[in-house]
Amino acid sequence: MQSQPDIVAICRRHDSRPDALLEILHDLQDSLGHVPQAALPAIAAELNLSRAEVHGTFSFYHDFRDRPPGRRMLQVCRAEACQAVGCEALAGHAERRLGTAFGETSADGAVTLRTVYCLGNCALGPAVMLDGRLHGRVTAERLDALLDAPA
Amino acid sequence: MTGAPVTIYLPRDAAALSVGADEVADAVVAEAARRGLPLRLVRTGTRGALWLEPLLEIATPDGRIGYGPVAPSDVAAVLDAGMAGGGPHPLRLGRPEEIPFLARQQRLTFARCGIVDPLDLADYERHGGLAGLRAALALAPAEIVERVTASGLRGRGGAGFPAGIKWRTAAQAPGAPKYIVCNADEGDSGTFADRILMEGDPSLLIEGMVIAGLAVGAEEGFVYIRSEYPHAIATMRAAIAAWQAAGLLGADVDGSGRAFRLHLRRGAGAYICGEESAMIESIEGKRGLPRHRPPYVSVNGIFGRPTLVNNIETLYWVPEILKKGAAWFADQGKNDCKGLRSYSVSGRVKNPGVKLVPAGTTARELIEEHSGGMLDGHSFKGYLPGGPSGGILPAEMADIPLDFGQLEKHGSFVGSHAVVILSDKDDMKDVALNLLKFFEDESCGQCTPCRNGTEKAVKLMQQPNWDTDLLEELSAVMADASICGLGQAAPNPIRSVMKYFPGDLK
Repeated sequence: MQSQPDIVAICRRHDSRPDALLEILHDLQDSLGHVPQAALPAIAAELNLSRAEVHGTFSFYHDFRDRPPGRRMLQVCRAEACQAVGCEALAGHAERRLGTAFGETSADGAVTLRTVYCLGNCALGPAVMLDGRLHGRVTAERLDALLDAPA
Repeated sequence: MTGAPVTIYLPRDAAALSVGADEVADAVVAEAARRGLPLRLVRTGTRGALWLEPLLEIATPDGRIGYGPVAPSDVAAVLDAGMAGGGPHPLRLGRPEEIPFLARQQRLTFARCGIVDPLDLADYERHGGLAGLRAALALAPAEIVERVTASGLRGRGGAGFPAGIKWRTAAQAPGAPKYIVCNADEGDSGTFADRILMEGDPSLLIEGMVIAGLAVGAEEGFVYIRSEYPHAIATMRAAIAAWQAAGLLGADVDGSGRAFRLHLRRGAGAYICGEESAMIESIEGKRGLPRHRPPYVSVNGIFGRPTLVNNIETLYWVPEILKKGAAWFADQGKNDCKGLRSYSVSGRVKNPGVKLVPAGTTARELIEEHSGGMLDGHSFKGYLPGGPSGGILPAEMADIPLDFGQLEKHGSFVGSHAVVILSDKDDMKDVALNLLKFFEDESCGQCTPCRNGTEKAVKLMQQPNWDTDLLEELSAVMADASICGLGQAAPNPIRSVMKYFPGDLK
């Protein structure tokens, strides 16, 4: 895992301000792919917060994960505008294709499947974000093609 | 390479990217290189006619001529046609401003989206930017507040609260320092107008925030953008850097001696952080738990200091109001409603997208005049007038003006103006159940009526036959006793289905 000084460096990039905690957690996750739980006490110490406060913030937000995700991250929008153009069928297809449920990673560690509520692409739904890239008008066939293409 | 460069405009807006705009850009660059053609490729925001993306425009002596939706395989032929003075091609759209969808709107706040390079400040200024800021710098703070008040501008986030009252309260609140927060956590499904604005014209937001800072006496501001919008985040970051480099942000704004510093803060996947007090908690680095009010955030906000929180779209109107005056804004609107609104239309229509039309437009007008009508094979059954919390109304009620104060008597509200059109292919029971599952997922957990109420509601709604009496009792508790709008409005879909779609309950 990230060595202790690097965590402190990330905090200091934000002047170790306690209000910058979300930015610090984002920076750590952007760099490592997840937020190792062992990092939380170090952050608390640097920001002069309690470990409970840091844990509270970390665990409240849907974005932050405490373990590495699959090699690929597939987020399927299941909010009501995409519902109105059939995203539930696409969601079911994703589960069957990957052999995994939403919120989980496929057994081979290849893909983490997540629900997201709105990607702001509501006129071109159904929408998915695969490895940070947004795709619109996604059908089951298009999803298969995206997953089959080299990462 | 010989000859004058050909100028091509292609959006880099996320929606356009989602249907292949970057692949088209690559094809354009490759094709130009193959022909030895000097090329100037400008990546813009989107004009908002999203069913035509990727929409490629080519500069000709007759102005910019559009072609779309373009695929990489079309590029060679489109270039041939375009360079022949915007000539014929099956994908030719003509001048984009003349496309009926755009011609029927007055795209004022969106005026530069799809036109300018969003990160080019000189382009921004050439197209009218910075005039509002310079007008504000010449006024006393109280005069700026007065102008915003007189315009009748109401918050665009969903509550519709008069902006001028908020500004005056923050300006007069004792204490320092003060803060400006831009709420760019556009979490309601169906609405993406804010995203398009941030990606297409980020400078307009920055200009609005600086003006707000001058008006209330704040020297620091935060833009809070949801993490689900990575392109908007990247664009705003770059725009803020450009403003700083140009001396328009920092210790001395435009040589005025006044200071304003702007920080970008990312959300982290919590819908509740679109609620202003939860957003302030999040900006303080904490869990997004809404606060009890009073005290209101204008008086006691970030770190207990007076804080002006405005939705991004509210702030977007501010530079124009300063530039053109309060009456200019107030005089727009129809059906006794003031001003223009951006309605985000999605669902079972042919041409979904963002429509900037007079406040008080009806659902029927949005479908038939601005969205190309219902999709083939779908008949209009009902609609969500205002995002997940605004209730669900039947097609028979599609002629009510969609504005603040018009829908409340029907148990509904226009809120974020995210209008989702539903058809006979949609089961309203399922629509309502999905909405309550969403609220259950996003409840912050702080208060029992919402935390337990949403969970219980989902279980009750998953029964084949709804216990409507119990659901009404639960709805009343949630509406009366939840701390914030999420819990208070969560019963709206339930009550809408029970009242307006009893047929779907069988």
